[in-house]
Amino acid sequence: MTAPTTNSTTADLPSDAPPVPEGATMVTVKIERYNPEVDDDLHWESYRIPALPSDRVLNLLHYIKWYIDGTLTFRRSCAHGVCGSDAMRINGVNRLACKVLMKDMFAKKGETTITVEPIKGLPVEKDLLVNMEPFFEAYRAIKPYLVATGNEPTRERIQSVAERERFDDTTKCILCAACTTSCPVYWSEGSYFGPAAIVNAHRFIFDSRDEAAEERLDILNDVDGVWRCRTTFNCTDACPRGIQVTKAIQEVKRALMFRRR
Amino acid sequence: MQFHKYDVVVVGAGGAGMRAAIEAGQRSRTAVLTKLYPTRSHTGAAQGGMCAALANVEEDNWEWHTFDTIKGGDYLVDQDAAEVMAKEAIDAVLDLEKMGLPFNRTPEGRIDQRRFGGHTRDHGKAPVRRSCYAADRTGHMILQTLYQNCIKHGVEFFNEFYVLDITMTPGSDGTQHCTGAVAYELATGEIHVFQAKSVIFATGGFGKVFKTTSNAHTLTGDGMGIIYRKGLPLEDMEFYQFHPTGLAGLGILISEAVRGEGGILRNADGERFMERYAPTIKDLAPRDIVARSMALEVLEGRGAGPNKDHVLLDVTHLGEDVLESKLPDITEFSRTYLGVEPLHEPVPVYPTAHYAMGGVPTNVDAEVLADNENTVPGLYAAGEVACVSVHGSNRLGTNSLLDINVFGRRAGIAAAEYANQHDFLELPEQPAKLVEGMVDHLRTAEGGERVANIRTALQETMDANASVYRTEETLKQALSDVQLLKERYGRIAVHDKGKRYNHDLLEAVELGFLLDLAEALVNSALARKESRGGHAREDYTTRDDTNFMRHSMQYKQLPEEEDPNAPLGLTGFRSDIRLEYKPVTVTRYQPMERKY
Repeated sequence: MTAPTTNSTTADLPSDAPPVPEGATMVTVKIERYNPEVDDDLHWESYRIPALPSDRVLNLLHYIKWYIDGTLTFRRSCAHGVCGSDAMRINGVNRLACKVLMKDMFAKKGETTITVEPIKGLPVEKDLLVNMEPFFEAYRAIKPYLVATGNEPTRERIQSVAERERFDDTTKCILCAACTTSCPVYWSEGSYFGPAAIVNAHRFIFDSRDEAAEERLDILNDVDGVWRCRTTFNCTDACPRGIQVTKAIQEVKRALMFRRR
Repeated sequence: MQFHKYDVVVVGAGGAGMRAAIEAGQRSRTAVLTKLYPTRSHTGAAQGGMCAALANVEEDNWEWHTFDTIKGGDYLVDQDAAEVMAKEAIDAVLDLEKMGLPFNRTPEGRIDQRRFGGHTRDHGKAPVRRSCYAADRTGHMILQTLYQNCIKHGVEFFNEFYVLDITMTPGSDGTQHCTGAVAYELATGEIHVFQAKSVIFATGGFGKVFKTTSNAHTLTGDGMGIIYRKGLPLEDMEFYQFHPTGLAGLGILISEAVRGEGGILRNADGERFMERYAPTIKDLAPRDIVARSMALEVLEGRGAGPNKDHVLLDVTHLGEDVLESKLPDITEFSRTYLGVEPLHEPVPVYPTAHYAMGGVPTNVDAEVLADNENTVPGLYAAGEVACVSVHGSNRLGTNSLLDINVFGRRAGIAAAEYANQHDFLELPEQPAKLVEGMVDHLRTAEGGERVANIRTALQETMDANASVYRTEETLKQALSDVQLLKERYGRIAVHDKGKRYNHDLLEAVELGFLLDLAEALVNSALARKESRGGHAREDYTTRDDTNFMRHSMQYKQLPEEEDPNAPLGLTGFRSDIRLEYKPVTVTRYQPMERKY
C-alpha cells in the first residue's frame, strides 16, 4: 500500500518544529489525557502532525511531547521492543508504541486517526503512564527465580537441548504488561494474577533445573490463579514478543490437573 | 525533602547495578535507586553473548582471552584488569547459570559457545568459540535473571528515583569521602537525600550524544555527568565504539552474533570486502576495524542502496533453522523495522554509536579514582559508566556483559565491606542544595530555547564531526557547536511545570549531562593526535605509542565561587577542562602492530 499524499496544511505546527519531511502525511493522534494535578477527569486531546510511513507511533508521541505539548507523559526507553516500557492501547489493542509502524496504520480512505490510551486495569498516574506496582506484585508472588536445593555443582548444571527448549518461549517475556492488561478477566478482577505472572511461573515450572514447581502450582491453583483464565487469546495477540501466552497458561492448567490426579 | 539512611546505595538497576546489589544486599543494608523500572535498562538489549574460556566446545583458556582483550583494545587496556576479567569470566558465567540463566546448550547439556569478533584461539590464529549465549537475547536473560535474584534476596528498590547529585564530606584526613546520593522522585517531584557509607554508580553510557545510536533514549550519561561535575576525572572519553551493524538509517542493533554464526558483509558489488581488510578473521575482526572498513566502502562509492550509503549483511545462506533458533530477535527486527526478510534478502546495515569505552576511572575493586593514584573513599562505579580500563580503545563484543558481571560483583562486595568497616560520616550542610536549585530553576525558567532542538543539534554535529572518522577540523567544529549549544542550554524552558512525573524536566536535566559529556569526548579526541582503536583520525592515521600510549584524564574546572549568572549551577557553559594523562598498566604483552 502506498502512503496517502500530504493533503492538508501544516500551518498549525510550531514554527521551531523540524521541517516536515518529504513523503510525510498529516495524521490525527487522539490521546486520552489525565493529569490529576490539574484535571478532574480523563479527557481526549487531538493533535494533527506529520507522519512518515517508517515512523513508529512512539515517534509521533515524541513529536507531540517535544514540539507541541511538553506535559504529555509516557514511559519509553529502548525504542525497539526489548525494554517493555511503552505498552499502550493503540487503536483499541495493546501494543508497544515503538513497534507499531505508521505504514501499517494509514487509513485506506480519508485522513488517518490513531487513538492512544493507557493500558487498562492498572491505575492511571498521568496520561499514558500507569502504576505498574500491582503488576509486579503478581509477578513477585509466583516466586520468579530458580529454586534448587542441595550442593551446587562445581561447573554448570547439565540441561539437555530438549529440556532447555521446553520453556524457551516463556523466557522471552519483557514484563511490559501488554498481555495482562488486555485480559478481560484482569480488567474486572484485579486480584487475578494475570497472564504475565503465569507466563513467568511457566518459565520456572518447566525448567528441568528448578525444584519449586509444586509450590508455584499451589499458588496458581488459588481462587485468583489460572482457573480464572477464559481462554480469550487477547494476551497472545497482545504479546509483542510473540509468546504463545494462552498456550502457556493451558500448559500450567494441565500440569495442575495431572498432578492432582 | 525526605531523608533515608542505608549502608550501601546502588545507583542504576541494569546489569552492573543489580549484580552489585545482589552481593551488597547479602552483606549490608542496601538500596537501589533507579530512574527506570529495573528490567527496562539497556543491558536487556545486548544480544550476542558473554565470553568466558569455559572450553566447553573447543580448546580455550583465560590467557588467550586476556590477550584478545588487550589486542582488541589496541594496547590501551590496563593489562592487570583484563587478566582479572578474563580469569573471573568463567565463574561469572557459571554463577549466572546457577542463578537460573537459560543458556543455550551443547548436545552434552553443557553451556554452548559460539564465535565472536576478535576472540581467537592461541593469540590470533583463528576464531574461537568463547561466547556463552541464550539465543540472541543474552542481555535480556542476564537482566531478567539478575532481577529475579534481587527479588529472591529481597533487594530494596526505589523505582523511578532519578539521582542528580552525590554528597561529599571531608574525612579525618581531609580527603573527600562520598557520603550519600540525592535523588528526585519522578512520581512526586520530591527530593530525597540518601545518606550512605558507600555509593555504587552503575548508570550506563551516554549514546544519546549521537543521532544514530543503538542506545536507549534514557542513556544520557547521568552518572558520569554527576561525578564529573564534582571535579572528579573522566578517563578516555575520546574512545567511543561504533557497532558495525546497526539497521541502516535507524541504528537499531543487529548483533555481531549474526557474523559469529556465519553472516557475511558485502558491498554493492556483492564482494565480501572484509577479506581485504582482515584476511585471517574477515567478518569477525573487532568492531573498530569492521566499522572503519564499512565507512571506507561507502566513502569509496561501493555502498549499497539508492544513496550508496550502507552495506549489506548477508545471512541468506544460513537457513531458517539457524535464524529461528539462534537469531530470532534479529530476524524480527529486520522484518519489523525495515520490512526486510533476512532469509531471502540481505539486511542493510551501517555503523551505529554503541558503547563508551571511557568513563569514571576505577581500579579493579571498582573504587573510583580521584586522580592518577588516589581513590575517593566510599565511591564505586561499575559497568559502562566506569573505565577500569578493560576495554582500552576498543571493546571486544561480549566483553561488556562480562564487565558488568565481573566488576558489578566486585563493586558490590567492595562497597559492602567498606560499609561494614566504617561509620557514617556526617552529611554536608544543605545536602540537597544543588539539586533543589537545579530543579527550581528548570521548573521556573522562561527562556525561549527548546530542549528537543538543542538535543537534535548536538546529535547532528556529533554524528557529522565526531563519529567513525575524525579530523582536527571536524572536531573543532564539533567543539564550537557544543559550546554554542551549552550557551543556548542556559536559556531553555521546560513546558511542564508540574511535580508529578515531570519527564519534560527529566529530559532537560539529561540534556545538560549530554552536553558536558559531548564536550569532554570532543576535547580529548582533539588532543589525541593518533589513530588507535575506536578513535580514527584521518589527519593522524597511525598509532603513536611514544606520545599517546596513555589514558586521558579530564577534569571539569569548577568555579571558585558560585556564579549567580550561571544557570543550573555547575552546568555553567564556560569550557574549562583540564586534560591530563595516566600511564597504561602493562604486565606481559608489549604493544605490537594490530593485524587480523
